[in-house]
Amino acid sequence: MSKLSLIGLTKAFGSTKAVDGVNLTLREGEFVSLLGPSGCGKTTTLRMIAGFIKPTSGTIEMEGQVMSSPAMMVPPERRGMSMIFQSYAIWPNMTVGQNVAFGLKLRKLPNAEVEQRVNRILEVVQMRHLKERYPSELSGGQQQRVALARAIVIEPQVLLLDEPLSNLDANLREEMRSEIRRLHDAFRITTVYVTHDQAEAMVTSDRIVVMNLGKIDQVDDPVTLYGKPKTRFVAGFIGRTNFLDGRVDGSQIVFPGFTVPKALAPDANELSGLASFSVRPQSIALHASPPAAGHLWRIQGEIVERAYLGEYWEYVIRPDGSEQRIRVSTAPNVVHAVDDRVWLEIDPARIARVPPPDAA
Amino acid sequence: MQSSLEEVDTGAFTLMNYYTAFSRPRYITALWNSLRLGAMVTVLCLIFAVPMAWAISRTNMPGKNFIRLLMLGAFITPPYLGAIGWILLAGPNSGWINRFYMALTGAPEGIFDIYTFSGLAFVIAIYSFPFIFIFTAAALDVVSSEMEDAANILGAGTVRTTLKITLPMVLPAIMAGAIVTFLEAIALFGTPALIAIPARFNVVTTQLLQFFSQPIRAEVAAAYAVPLLLVTIALFGVQKMITRRRGFVALTGKGGERRIIDLGRGRWVMFAYSMAVMTLAVILPYIVLAQAALAKGWGRGFSWDNLTLKNFEYLLFQHETAAQSVINSFTYAAAAAFIAIGLGLAIAYIVSRKLLPWVDVLSFLAMAPFVVPGIVLAIAFYAAYAPPPLALYGTATILILAFATRFLPIGYANADAAIRSINPEMEEAVRILGGGRLMAIRKVMAPLMKRSLIGAWLLVFIPATRELSSAMFLYGPNTRTMSVMLMDMSEEGNFEHLAALGFLLLAATLVIVAGATAFLGRDFMMRREKK
Repeated sequence: MSKLSLIGLTKAFGSTKAVDGVNLTLREGEFVSLLGPSGCGKTTTLRMIAGFIKPTSGTIEMEGQVMSSPAMMVPPERRGMSMIFQSYAIWPNMTVGQNVAFGLKLRKLPNAEVEQRVNRILEVVQMRHLKERYPSELSGGQQQRVALARAIVIEPQVLLLDEPLSNLDANLREEMRSEIRRLHDAFRITTVYVTHDQAEAMVTSDRIVVMNLGKIDQVDDPVTLYGKPKTRFVAGFIGRTNFLDGRVDGSQIVFPGFTVPKALAPDANELSGLASFSVRPQSIALHASPPAAGHLWRIQGEIVERAYLGEYWEYVIRPDGSEQRIRVSTAPNVVHAVDDRVWLEIDPARIARVPPPDAA
Repeated sequence: MQSSLEEVDTGAFTLMNYYTAFSRPRYITALWNSLRLGAMVTVLCLIFAVPMAWAISRTNMPGKNFIRLLMLGAFITPPYLGAIGWILLAGPNSGWINRFYMALTGAPEGIFDIYTFSGLAFVIAIYSFPFIFIFTAAALDVVSSEMEDAANILGAGTVRTTLKITLPMVLPAIMAGAIVTFLEAIALFGTPALIAIPARFNVVTTQLLQFFSQPIRAEVAAAYAVPLLLVTIALFGVQKMITRRRGFVALTGKGGERRIIDLGRGRWVMFAYSMAVMTLAVILPYIVLAQAALAKGWGRGFSWDNLTLKNFEYLLFQHETAAQSVINSFTYAAAAAFIAIGLGLAIAYIVSRKLLPWVDVLSFLAMAPFVVPGIVLAIAFYAAYAPPPLALYGTATILILAFATRFLPIGYANADAAIRSINPEMEEAVRILGGGRLMAIRKVMAPLMKRSLIGAWLLVFIPATRELSSAMFLYGPNTRTMSVMLMDMSEEGNFEHLAALGFLLLAATLVIVAGATAFLGRDFMMRREKK
């Protein structure tokens, strides 16, 4: 059953549309990320769900009830949601315990129950021993845990997170994103998570919504999103990639510097005219001698740049007779020199078809 | 404004008041005097303040904290009290400096006469330069040493770097401070009344007082005040432009550390210079005021048999209105501070949360009194509230309202800063968890703003206790404030009682400031207002 639905959701500030016709449905207990560069409309979307911003058009429904529309808006305090803010917004004038208890007290629960639930959630986020502390005495990671506890303890209908990890350092960020997923597995609260960090989105989410210029580009689980990006933007934003832009000519596809039998391309039957593909650098194999012919794409060229990054080698290969540059990453033990002649091999299953340039 | 265009009895539209106001050459001269005075004061203040700001902000000058403390002293000294100190110091023949000079050289008359145009400019300047100091020091505090290092590495020495790189970068701040100083100088009433009137020349504010003495010609006064208002508004416009267009003031804030420049022996030169200015501004006037306050007759000099507490006793228990004036000053100031802060807070909240349409207009109105000189405000209040049916002239109400209006911008600016310093997410967190707006204000916003609001209250309260220019035109027989009382006593030449009363005012202010500093941190008074 659908828990939360955004239907044609649009928000215009003056003449610019920050959010432009967004449609999205979340199942009960699902964890969905809104991922995109800054200014793509993800935070505006989240704040519309929370009820802090009124949509210009479109509606937001929760369990079939209209929450927001241009005509009416249920105020944030009557939505039964909770939210974790970028600044955490831990109230500095209250102790950790008082912060966490706040939402429960507003719900007029008996004191004993408030006490018990606060203790239990603080136990879960490993902050039980700091209950009487004031926020100024806590580290960033600890404040983050208080924010999580405060938001989860009321068992909200929907939990909203607005770039909650952006103020933490790199190590802590990795720890906290696993923590967020662990808490979700424990409580199964329907969650919308806004981030510009693809790793965060991939670790935490059931599905990722990639937004660009106020619109949704693609909604998929992390594996599909990475392996089969549908647009050039998604392919470029999630991880690194090579774009290969060619033209169908009879039974061949002609690229700058090499040709490939059309039958070896994904969606071969739908191809005609311009044809573009996205290939990840680590999906390309590198050989010093010509590999045996088979069902793989084969490209001949020479190495123009190389860099050693410890965990892998990164090479740039120029196919013969072209200006194209193809990035390949290999294991650290695959060593070639600049100007070496090499053969590339690509498995068509690891190639994603994307729209040709400027056709987006 | 309106009343300047009205005929006294009929209320018909007329330009006659303007004609009267500007018909006589001496009225025009007064106007010209004000502008010259403002310019001279500004130049003097720049000479006093800029080297000190640089020395305190960027160098290893000794005794920085002590100088800062004295600067705070200069800042909180009511200018008219400082002026009285200087009358005691440099009055022709009888002033201490002149007597000392005559005794030393046997000259028939003293060397300084405070009752001159330059004397007036000097006295105003030594109590106005903290404005430029605050602006300049604040800007210097955020200039990164890396800017200077970049000049050094290219071959410029310390002096050259300071003159070519550092100072130009803070020039907009200096200009902004200079404009504020200029406007303060031309709007000041107390000091000119004490010095210019005996010296037989007029500036705009003293001329306005004459329009206000019997028979009261408020309409003419209103017309006469219009140029002052226009100059003020225009210059504030310029100042706003300067501070907005600070593209090249590298306010990177965090960018780079700030190292202290080692002046070598020069640091003692800077220290001597700073101390000299502070001696003129604070130490000497305070000494002579203390002497006068504790003397049977101030002219009899510093000796034990001249020492008495009679002046205080007289003021507090015998004088018919002096004790009352102390109470008036503090109660009016407290009431005005509550009104200004309360109103400022409400407006700032509405503006920051955009709860009403046209919030920008509201914000502008709250800041508007800032550009109105106190004396002009008083005339406006007189015109608006003195006639029936309100007939508030001379009541406590009109004084409190005038003070509250005059200091509303301080209340608003501080309340606004307090609200802005709190991330709106603090409030949103309450709401998403199920609390309404009132709950958010009560449980989160109010407790978080408590400290800054106490600071803001004091920032209104302190100037309100010594406000003179608007009180002078609105007080009645039972509603004299200390400031008005002081002016009256100076007219009577009663300097011992006057000094004692001034000391009460200063002592009270010092106690409050000291308490607040301990509670709120050293810089609460002298930090630059954010506008």
